[in-house]
Amino acid sequence: MLLSTRDLTKSFPGTIALDRVNFGLKAGEVHALLGENGAGKSTLIKCLTGAYRRDSGDILFEGKPIFPQSTLEAQAIGIGTVYQEVNLLPNLTVAENLTLGHQPTRFGMIRPRAMQALAQEMLAGYGLDIDVRRPLESYSVAVQQIVAIARAVHLSGRVLILDEPTASLDAREVQMLFDVVRDLRGRGLGIIFISHFLDQVFEISDSLTILRNGRHIATHPAADVDRMQLITLMLGRELEEETSVRYRPEVTGTSADAIRFTGVGRRGRIAPFDLTVRKGEVIGMAGLLGSGRTESAEVLFGAVPSDSGTVEDANGAVDLRNPRSAIAAGFAFAPEDRKTDGIIAELSVRENIILALQARQGWARPIPQAEQQRMADDYIARLDIRTPDAEKPVGLLSGGNQQKVILARWLATNPRFLILDEPTRGIDVGAHAEILRLIEDVVAQGMSILVISSELEELVAVSHRVIVVRDRRHVSELTGADVSPDTILRAIAAPHTTLEAMA
Amino acid sequence: MTGSTLLRRIAPQLLTLAAVIVLVSIYYPAFYQIVYVNDRLVGIPIDVIKRGAPVALLAIGMTLVIATRGIDLSVGAVMAICGASAAWSIDQGYGIGAALGIAGAAGLVCGLWNGVLVAFFGIQPIVATLILMVAGRGVAQLITGGTILTFDSDTFAFLGSGTMIGVPVPTVIWILTGIGFGLLVRRTALGLLVESIGVNLRASTLAGINSRVLLIAVYMGSGFCAALAGVIATADIRGADANNAGLWLELDAILAVVIGGNSLLGGRFSILASLLGAMIIQTINTGILLAGFPSEFNLVIKAVLVIVILVLQSPRFMPYLELLASRFKRSSVTRLEAGE
Repeated sequence: MLLSTRDLTKSFPGTIALDRVNFGLKAGEVHALLGENGAGKSTLIKCLTGAYRRDSGDILFEGKPIFPQSTLEAQAIGIGTVYQEVNLLPNLTVAENLTLGHQPTRFGMIRPRAMQALAQEMLAGYGLDIDVRRPLESYSVAVQQIVAIARAVHLSGRVLILDEPTASLDAREVQMLFDVVRDLRGRGLGIIFISHFLDQVFEISDSLTILRNGRHIATHPAADVDRMQLITLMLGRELEEETSVRYRPEVTGTSADAIRFTGVGRRGRIAPFDLTVRKGEVIGMAGLLGSGRTESAEVLFGAVPSDSGTVEDANGAVDLRNPRSAIAAGFAFAPEDRKTDGIIAELSVRENIILALQARQGWARPIPQAEQQRMADDYIARLDIRTPDAEKPVGLLSGGNQQKVILARWLATNPRFLILDEPTRGIDVGAHAEILRLIEDVVAQGMSILVISSELEELVAVSHRVIVVRDRRHVSELTGADVSPDTILRAIAAPHTTLEAMA
Repeated sequence: MTGSTLLRRIAPQLLTLAAVIVLVSIYYPAFYQIVYVNDRLVGIPIDVIKRGAPVALLAIGMTLVIATRGIDLSVGAVMAICGASAAWSIDQGYGIGAALGIAGAAGLVCGLWNGVLVAFFGIQPIVATLILMVAGRGVAQLITGGTILTFDSDTFAFLGSGTMIGVPVPTVIWILTGIGFGLLVRRTALGLLVESIGVNLRASTLAGINSRVLLIAVYMGSGFCAALAGVIATADIRGADANNAGLWLELDAILAVVIGGNSLLGGRFSILASLLGAMIIQTINTGILLAGFPSEFNLVIKAVLVIVILVLQSPRFMPYLELLASRFKRSSVTRLEAGE
């Protein structure tokens, strides 16, 4: 074993995050770490990298116990980590990022040439053809991710931990990253891979370890487990069906009571488009990252107001100058980036839930304390938000639970049109299914929903029709039998790219 | 906030205040004596809560501004403007009501200026308010005509040196203002909305909070508090001194907010804790004078005390103090924070 833990235990006030976990990573394998949000994956990683101090148990590196007190010490031992949000400095050059902290110097002065040469050497073998003198931010997230890996491998070189590395990559970039990972595996590194994308897990991993509620549940060779077994192990219960079952009841609304967007758009962000949203309808929106999906949502919600066109409903024109007026018109928007655009991290779960409703009511009419408490408890129960109590700062919850809090915030305003931008990104299987079920529920009550998602299966499962966005333009609308992952993929890809390049 | 959480929030400030008072009384044992003569309470503590009035008033507004992740450097200059406006009005023969109205309006206009710069033009608060901090004294000098504008109005002077049932009027004003602002933010949703935009402006705007208007209102609140402080300072010396009224007080106000345990990064705030912070500062100021140190030591001693207080209250040091406290109590403390 290259890296292993024995009875590793870590507790926080009120919870045991890791309960006598045994885990073993061999050299030359990709070992996936799986579990729902809050299962203990992050805590395990943080103990291994010295970010947390364990309560008890052992960490063995090549059979010898180690006691990393900080990520720096873990790095020196040989354990490097790359996180989902690249932890590098975007405004420094690639070379500076790669060599930061160990730049070649002479008399205390950095030698730029030597630094660039070292950087180039570090990047050799990763298949990147980039100029190391340019700022890191001028390259795509995938390239930044690989630069981060190159740095971690150079500094540590034995164990590489990849925490959700593919969350913001498109299909092609994922393959690029996986090529790098396979190459490193071939060089004998032990790689721990954490991801919510099960397809990717099966594609890249040799072994799987499943955690649940801080306990080690199982470790298997990846080839011995199928998707269903894996999900069952992660959830600890049988999932009746996966999300691929088609759900499409009749749309109850008529075009008379629909919200009609005509020619709305924003120069430089999204070309003018038409959209009619009927009551009880789920509209899916598909497209690659940066294709104009989020931009469409922002125009529809007034976050970036439209500079053309009209919006009307049965009562006449709808004012969408800014989020406030959109909310007054019964709109709601759960943005893609929960951390920067969604949660108010320092405020409690209760305060986050009532925030939009309170903002709409105005400052002078506070929601009574008892009523706030009732609403918070109600949504915590209904959406199964895992929190010790309603007063916990929302920033301390896991990603899936934060997303549920934001959904609760909007459901509390009882909107007629709810826009969900990547509602299930970075969320575990259980919460994923719950959120889809929730969409069904509220639609049955007559709410209209626009779902933006990269997961085509999920879009197909919930949508009545799907709008495909490409190059900042709404290019096609798929209805009826045309709503299938295959046709969506074709529409995204056509005509410039071929299906092969997409997959 | 329930009683026990409130007490827990302000406990460090109460302990600090007690410690400072004990320290001062070692040098000046007569500190605690309060007597009632000529219909007024007289004693060192009374002097502290009277002289602390301007900083306390400024700290009220500053707390709200800092809660939005801003800062208001202009309050000292705004004090000078408003004091000068009031003195000018009295000088021109307006009544006390008109003079106060003009001073208050001047404070609100100054706040509006700051707020618009921050909320609409997106200028960083420290720069936006620096403009008025520098320009404000010039404006005040224009109002006073470059001299110390004295006036003769016993009603106006009452605001600075009068008493109500024995208590100095400035004290009554800052306590009432503190209660007023406290009720305003906590009995309505304003407090929550202010904290929300302080933590995450973008997310708050997307949640439908009218953050621009709220930001402007907060700076206007700060301007209004500065106006009250300016009126008291002017009434106290029966004259408007454009150069020295409120000089450097913005820094004491910020210090009061920080000693009050409010984060300069915005978010959660407590006006009561800031007011205690203001009283801690004033107790130190008065205490240094009473202790009889040569006056050239004053600022250095004050600086040392402030550093000690801030270090003791810092998140790094707090766990040690709590550990100590729990040893004393011989009971387990359940709220040992999980280390990051």
